[in-house]
Amino acid sequence: MQQNLLEIDDLTVRLPEGRAARPILDGVSLSVAAGEMVGLVGESGSGKSVACRSVLGLLPERARTDGEVRVAGRDVLTLSRDGLKELRTRQVSMIFQDPRASVNPMRRVGDFLTEGMRAAGVPAAAATDRAEELLDAVGIRDPRGALRRHPHQFSGGMLQRVVIAAALASRPSLLVADEPTTALDVTTQAEVIAILTRLQAERGTGMLFVTHDLELASAICDRVYVMYAGRIVETQAATDLFDRPRHPYTAGLLACTPRVEPDAAPPRPIPGRPVSLAESPSGCAFAARCAHAQERCSVEKPVLRQYDGQGLAACLRADEGILL
Amino acid sequence: MTAVTAVPETTGASGLVVDGLRKEFGGRAAVEGVSFTLRPGGSLGIVGESGCGKTTTARMLVGLETPDAGTVHLGGRDRSARARGRAERLARAREIQMVFQDPYLSLDPRISVSACIEEVLRLHFPLDAPARRRRVAELLDQVGLGEREAAALPRRLSGGQRQRVAIARALAARPQVLILDEAVAALDVSIQAQILDLLAGIRRDEGIGFLFVSHDLAVVRHITDEVVVLRAGAIVESGPTTSVLTSPEHPYTRLLLDSVPRPGWDPARISAGRRALA
Ligand SMILES: Nc1ncnc2c1ncn2[C@@H]1O[C@H](COP(=O)(O)OP(=O)(O)O)[C@@H](O)[C@H]1O
Ligand SMILES: Nc1ncnc2c1ncn2[C@@H]1O[C@H](COP(=O)(O)OP(=O)(O)O)[C@@H](O)[C@H]1O
Ligand code: SF4
Ligand SMILES: [Mg+2]
Ligand SMILES: [Mg+2]
Repeated sequence: MQQNLLEIDDLTVRLPEGRAARPILDGVSLSVAAGEMVGLVGESGSGKSVACRSVLGLLPERARTDGEVRVAGRDVLTLSRDGLKELRTRQVSMIFQDPRASVNPMRRVGDFLTEGMRAAGVPAAAATDRAEELLDAVGIRDPRGALRRHPHQFSGGMLQRVVIAAALASRPSLLVADEPTTALDVTTQAEVIAILTRLQAERGTGMLFVTHDLELASAICDRVYVMYAGRIVETQAATDLFDRPRHPYTAGLLACTPRVEPDAAPPRPIPGRPVSLAESPSGCAFAARCAHAQERCSVEKPVLRQYDGQGLAACLRADEGILL
Repeated sequence: MTAVTAVPETTGASGLVVDGLRKEFGGRAAVEGVSFTLRPGGSLGIVGESGCGKTTTARMLVGLETPDAGTVHLGGRDRSARARGRAERLARAREIQMVFQDPYLSLDPRISVSACIEEVLRLHFPLDAPARRRRVAELLDQVGLGEREAAALPRRLSGGQRQRVAIARALAARPQVLILDEAVAALDVSIQAQILDLLAGIRRDEGIGFLFVSHDLAVVRHITDEVVVLRAGAIVESGPTTSVLTSPEHPYTRLLLDSVPRPGWDPARISAGRRALA
């Protein structure tokens, strides 16, 4: 089998004793192949950002981990300082939700874009040319002028393009995008997504796209993982997930998302609320909110299993076809 | 229950009638010639991208911002003219209530949920302490909060619970119009759907008119009857929500609609469309 670009393998991340009742991530496995667009979907607090940051070797302070996070076959959790630096400057780039948090407001956009290249040994003039090319590729008009401007002179959507340009500067093989469009308007979101998907296809970059928006993930990803309370509860090809969810939480997410289509049913709420880190339900973490829960659901922990087709679901009743 | 404040009787058009609103900041018009009517108990959406003037419009309606031109009438009474005295100011404040995107910023971090609602009751209604407490319990129950939340400080609550508190506090004033400015935008989808359900129930039971300010067309489609589309401070299209969202007339409305992600979505076409419109 071809080696995946990213393999998160049975990753468990726990805060120090007494700080949480359950692990932040609990046996998470996911993979991204070269050129693949993979979605990671879940509501806030489900562990998406912790999973993303683990790809760069960043973990909560004093956290204990089990499992591996392999980028191109190497486990990043055991990398040396130099190894991590190399990983972050050459192999993996990350884009965050708030572009203003990723840039230094005091420095010109040009410096921000070229610093990584300069650190990697690219001569100044060549780095500037390349920065200009990148700004052009993400649709910034007058890229030469933009290099001299400061972050506050850009709108949120424009600045997120600058951040994307910077993320691509090192020609990473893997891009991790943590809710890159959540803070943007729908029209700007569409533009930023168009840029990301085009560049990703052109360059064959693998991409882990994190979002709380299942609709968005289904629209742009090849495969999607759905996370709940630190565990992957379902994964399928995006279109299958949308058409035939296997896990009641996925189905619930789809049903509670308002749709704009004229014939769409009104959003149907999922009762209750997500499991906090202070709670550690035995059995299925979704049981308290699940319309299909039975007694055994609060006793047995469902594991991810394959049902007909390619997908995996962690539900004790998935084989009964309760959602089909 | 009656309000402390006596409101002068007037006749004329009912509902919230907004005519020719204009607001400038530093010589630039943030809102320009905005007119619409929210009928009593109706639900009207104001949609558009960030910066198009939604919040500025809302703030003029509640009186947080003074219009440079135009009028606002509620139940035939002019709200845009200078208020004559405290009673009228209070009555105006009571009639239109507003809920914001981040209730945390509008809730006093030092006082409990029940105290915060009591404050509103004390301001507007002549109730004795037991009656006030009963009303607080009733309001919290209406928004699905219990005794534990009543005693809590805002920071002990989740985002969804805080938004419930903000709604209860707004309802405490028995308003005729509730303005919801991106009130569900920051919530997780499963919680957002709960709050939308709650709001639909409130509208059904209380007959309060909703002005629903949002950039999210899908949400607007489910909670409003009518909609106005704002672009750069001006209305480009308005009408019944279903017809505007099914057969939009203005290319900008069409662009907004096409931008909503869905299976088969083509973001590249949308960005081309946006450039063509600019
Ligand atoms: N550095 C940290 N220290 C302690 N707790 C953390 C840290 N980072 C995240 N958490 C907790 O882990 C859980 C998952 O967080 P996160 O991955 O940010 O969720 P998501 O991105 O899905 O919203 C949350 O309960 C969060 O509070
Ligand atoms: N107090 C203010 N001072 C200066 N400009 C403002 C002020 N409030 C809003 N604006 C400007 O008015 C325009 C409309 O803003 P706003 O009503 O907040 O839009 P929206 O709510 O649709 O995002 C924006 O260009 C904004 O920068
Ligand atoms: S295991 Fe039980 S509670 Fe959990 S999702 Fe399946 S049916 Fe629902
Ligand atoms: Mg996150
Ligand atoms: Mg606003």
